[in-house]
Amino acid sequence: MLVGQGLINGLLFGGVYSLMAVGLTLIFGVMRVVNFAHGDMMVWGMYLAFFLSTRLGLDPYASFPLCAGALFVLGFAVQRGLVDRIIDAPHEMQILLMLGVALVLENAALVGFGPDPRRVRSIFSLATVWIGPFFLDVVRLVTFALALALTGLLSLFLFKTDLGRSMRAAADNPYGAAIIGTDVRRVYAVAFGIGAACVGAAGALLAPFYPFQPSVGLSASVTSFNIVIIGGMGSLAGAFLGGLLVATAESLGAVFLSPSLKELVSFSLLVLILLFRPAGLLGRRPA
Amino acid sequence: MRWLAGAALLALLVLPPFAGSYPVTLATLIFFYAYLGQAWNILGGYAGQLSAGHAAFVGIGAYATAMLSISWGITPWIGMFAGAAAAGALGGVIGFLGFRFGLRGFYFVLLTVAFAEICRIVALNTEAIGGAVGLYITFTGDPWQFQFQNPRAYYYVALALMLLATAVVWALERSRLGAYLIAIREDEEAAEALGIDAFRCKLYASVLSAFLTGLGGAFYAYYHFSLQPNSLFGIPLSVEIIIRPIVGGSGTLLGPILGSFILSPLAELSRSYFAAAGWSGAHLIVYGGLLIAVVLFLPGGAYPFLARRARQWTGRR
Repeated sequence: MLVGQGLINGLLFGGVYSLMAVGLTLIFGVMRVVNFAHGDMMVWGMYLAFFLSTRLGLDPYASFPLCAGALFVLGFAVQRGLVDRIIDAPHEMQILLMLGVALVLENAALVGFGPDPRRVRSIFSLATVWIGPFFLDVVRLVTFALALALTGLLSLFLFKTDLGRSMRAAADNPYGAAIIGTDVRRVYAVAFGIGAACVGAAGALLAPFYPFQPSVGLSASVTSFNIVIIGGMGSLAGAFLGGLLVATAESLGAVFLSPSLKELVSFSLLVLILLFRPAGLLGRRPA
Repeated sequence: MRWLAGAALLALLVLPPFAGSYPVTLATLIFFYAYLGQAWNILGGYAGQLSAGHAAFVGIGAYATAMLSISWGITPWIGMFAGAAAAGALGGVIGFLGFRFGLRGFYFVLLTVAFAEICRIVALNTEAIGGAVGLYITFTGDPWQFQFQNPRAYYYVALALMLLATAVVWALERSRLGAYLIAIREDEEAAEALGIDAFRCKLYASVLSAFLTGLGGAFYAYYHFSLQPNSLFGIPLSVEIIIRPIVGGSGTLLGPILGSFILSPLAELSRSYFAAAGWSGAHLIVYGGLLIAVVLFLPGGAYPFLARRARQWTGRR
């Protein structure tokens, strides 16, 4: 009973995890850059939803496209202004650069918004439904549905549009893509923007039931890295599955162990994956 | 150059009795963070394996030393080596997991961050070592317990640590292992083609770096007298450890020291200045901006840049 409830809650939470991880794996898959600021970008999405709600009275379920749009611009700018300059430098340089961006974003949020936990109210905030013997918050259901829909939209974009196709082409072989006339720089910037938009939307969708403060950015980044490694770096389907898997495992860990130890469960998953299948569940081969 | 270094060292040795307590404290921090940066430098600079979770080793060293002293009465002078050994063992585990399949760059970074977070969560949830409340060491002022009435004693211990790590790195630079590590950093495939066992070399670097960092943890514990999981295992401490060698010049002997002489005073000043204004995270914004600026404009760090300038200058005369 408790286990079933944990399973359902975990799975529903997993929608957001998947959306976060899909954004991260897209950025990595296309330009081999790990976005260390991923969780901090999510936090900015959350605060944006918070201010749109308190100042303009916009429900987070209405404002999440705005948050995604704002984060798209941020991601695009980070790629164009910073990452693009060192795209050919060793990985360590890119990692350090993104670590710098993460520090700036997290602490700018801390200085700007303070350390107090926030929560965004939604019209669904107090609604609950019973499905069979299980008790569900409507916010979690709505968030799950929207996160799935956004992930679906993203794969439609990647597989059915010209820009999406050129993105996958640039991911597979940047030189080949450039030879057949792809503007690789633009594709990179758009890919970074979309990755950031995913995590921005994920932040806005989480805000109604997940109290947040600037410091959650780091744990969100670490969780996204976990999911992406477990699913297979650069694999969209792997990130999606990994998100659901990790969220469910964490939720069961909270039931069986203790809520404060739930992150240990996903770290243990990570260690197991690195020991036995370092390419990840759906990854082709380790980079 | 050699004369200059000798004179500087002599000055550092004889000046403290004549200096006020603030400069002594500041210098202690400079030495201590230069020490941690130098320990990181072995793995991050020479072996080129970026660790963003070195705080884990500081934390393990600190907790192990303090717990051995509190529950078994073992003096920290001995306990610190047990703590360092525990940290070294963790460094071995992380290295084993990270290097075993020849996984590059980011895998290792993510693994180090993940392990630091694991340590933080475990420490927060283990009542036996104080849990979320933290662990406090009662001050006795007994030198046998690594406690000193006079802040100048800490100054000399920190200076000795810094010199020790620098000597280790100096020896490493001249050793076979050091040459292997640099070869691996520059081109791992080529190094392996020459018959270098890259996995083993990187593993040694990880263990050595973690061991020295863990030794620093004992100093941290007995300098601050309070151990908090969030500050000992947290990312901010890892960033403090990384940023000095990066700014000063990672993979160089004097880079971490130069970086610490540049950054530690800056950090102290900006921290107290921003704290007075109520902006607790502001000095980390400065760090972030600095990281970005160094990567974009001075990728080798300050030391190679200054050394080049100095050579040009002396060459022109």
